[in-house]
Amino acid sequence: MDINSNKYTYIFSIIMVIVVAALLSYTALSLKAPQEANIELEKKQEILLSINVKVEREAAGKAFDKYIKQSLVIQGGKVLEKPTVPAFSIDMASTVAKPGPERELPLYVAEVDGKEFYILPVRGKGLWGPVWGNVAMEKDGNTVYGVTFGHKGETPGLGAEISLPIFTDQFKGKKISEGTEFVSIEVRKGEATTAHQVNGISGGTITSVGVQDMLKDCLAPYADYFLSLSNAPKDSAL
Amino acid sequence: MSSEVKTAPKEGLFSKKNRQLLKDPFNMQNPVTVQVLGICSSLAITVKLQPAIVMGVSVLAVVAFSNLITSLMRNLIPNRIRIIVQLVVVAALVIVVDQILKAYVYDVSKQLSVFVGLIITNCILMGRIEAFALSNSPWKSFLDGIGNGAGYAAVLIIIAFIRELLGSGQLYGVQVIPHSWYIQNGGFYSNNGFMLLPPMALIVVAVIIWIQRSKFKSLIEE
Amino acid sequence: MGELLNLFIKSIFIENMIFAFFLGMCSYLAVSKTVKTALGLGVAVTFVLLITVPINFLLDTYLLKAGAMAWISEDLAKYDLSFLSFIMFIAIIAAIVQLLEMVVEKFSPSLYNALGIFLPLIAVNCAILGAALFVQERGYKTLAEATTFGVGSGVGWALAIVAVAAIRERLKYSHIPAPLRGLGITFIITGLMGMAFMGFMGIKL
Repeated sequence: MDINSNKYTYIFSIIMVIVVAALLSYTALSLKAPQEANIELEKKQEILLSINVKVEREAAGKAFDKYIKQSLVIQGGKVLEKPTVPAFSIDMASTVAKPGPERELPLYVAEVDGKEFYILPVRGKGLWGPVWGNVAMEKDGNTVYGVTFGHKGETPGLGAEISLPIFTDQFKGKKISEGTEFVSIEVRKGEATTAHQVNGISGGTITSVGVQDMLKDCLAPYADYFLSLSNAPKDSAL
Repeated sequence: MSSEVKTAPKEGLFSKKNRQLLKDPFNMQNPVTVQVLGICSSLAITVKLQPAIVMGVSVLAVVAFSNLITSLMRNLIPNRIRIIVQLVVVAALVIVVDQILKAYVYDVSKQLSVFVGLIITNCILMGRIEAFALSNSPWKSFLDGIGNGAGYAAVLIIIAFIRELLGSGQLYGVQVIPHSWYIQNGGFYSNNGFMLLPPMALIVVAVIIWIQRSKFKSLIEE
Repeated sequence: MGELLNLFIKSIFIENMIFAFFLGMCSYLAVSKTVKTALGLGVAVTFVLLITVPINFLLDTYLLKAGAMAWISEDLAKYDLSFLSFIMFIAIIAAIVQLLEMVVEKFSPSLYNALGIFLPLIAVNCAILGAALFVQERGYKTLAEATTFGVGSGVGWALAIVAVAAIRERLKYSHIPAPLRGLGITFIITGLMGMAFMGFMGIKL
């Protein structure tokens, strides 16, 4: 058969498409489980890291079940009784794109050595792409217990330093509200002095500002929830 | 070349000529510094050694197997749709590699991000298929692929070695410059943060080319 | 509108395809010897980006992404074809480039003479596939954003190749150490220009 004839060309293309499609679908399907497990475990690992629980990737699943007591979904300052998706499956990127009161946000309640913490996922924009993180709060809903930040492609050595302890350790003990007012945490250039400020990264200004905007934007809806908790009559809280 | 193969069927698997196919890409025929292929998708991932090594191995696997597969099919491919067939073979292999990376070395695959996909348009692939695999036997093409892939990986690793060592004082993520040397700890040393930025990758490549061409005078351009 | 302008400027200067991501380096190094051919290739790349980036964006949004096929029927919403995105993107790019070559040849022979020789080169230009993958990776939301990014990247790429070609034309009269001639010095120039372009970082419109 002439390999340059039209008929041959069509037959060749069709066979090739079928073979390639079958091969790729098979690979994708057979590797899907480990891929999804990776993503899920990484997320659990990051969440646990914010309350200072360091676990290996493989052990993250078990540790998550051990420490995280409750996974809530809040919207407009209230806990949703019947969320459309469970807290862990919420896609932060799409929910953060909505205005604050409409967001459905996950809130994890953790317990470590008898102490209770809230963990709030946050997400925003850095210099090159998305930045995200988890902020762990103490039970008062105001004091930061620990944070983790991740990023997609911030400049190594500069903006990428937001995920290192040298930056994240500063957040411990900072406050997000003053009385009944939400103030967030400012990422400052130079000396951070008050309970609402941390030092930014020199050479990583845009990423630092990105983190600051992310905190301001994402913590506000949670702050509403915490304020409603502390304003609630004491008996109902008990 | 193909007629040569027919007249010499008893040529050993690792005859001198075949060994040459493996060795050449490391010096006189290096795909990056001499043939100027595949710079595109490579330099951005040379900030650290680990992603560079994974990228090098991925490219090596894709070049070797795409060479092998196209060489096996070389008498079956209709000439008119040759390029698209090559692209499909390469793209399919890259997808397989990408899926494997995502499943087993998830952290590195995240760092490589879009650059895994860009292996498809890495000129080494199309270049070697067009120039070699379409007119040579599968075994020779496979060796040629391994040689070129390894030559490419070698350059990536050299660049990443220099950038990671000077830029962050680490190798493969392990601190090698003693902490006590750093200025903030009372020492005299400071990392060259500039090494981590894109322009320095180009300068490092230029220096490698400079050294290589001083050694092999025949490569000097007019 | 401001957002789009911001994105446009950003994709030209700050996230320049060549200086920040080294994409499209092969043809960049091969074709940057004279300004005239560099300009031709630059225009061709911009043109192809203008067409392929939106098409690939639509393909990704309405066919490949997880849940993307919900608009066809509810049953299809559960499929995630994103593993096919590489092969689909490159197929679309190759097909569009081929189509473009035929259309341009038929309707504007003069344009074909100017751009024609570059078109086959473009299918395997990393900048084209790179732009499509960046759109997917960074999750641009609207067609307008994706198109703006595509055109911006193209203009940035064209700017880079023309600028370097202009420098290389002048370099003929310089005394460059022999082993650096040609390739080596071009890398160094690109590196230096990349540093200069980093000065644009931090601009906000």
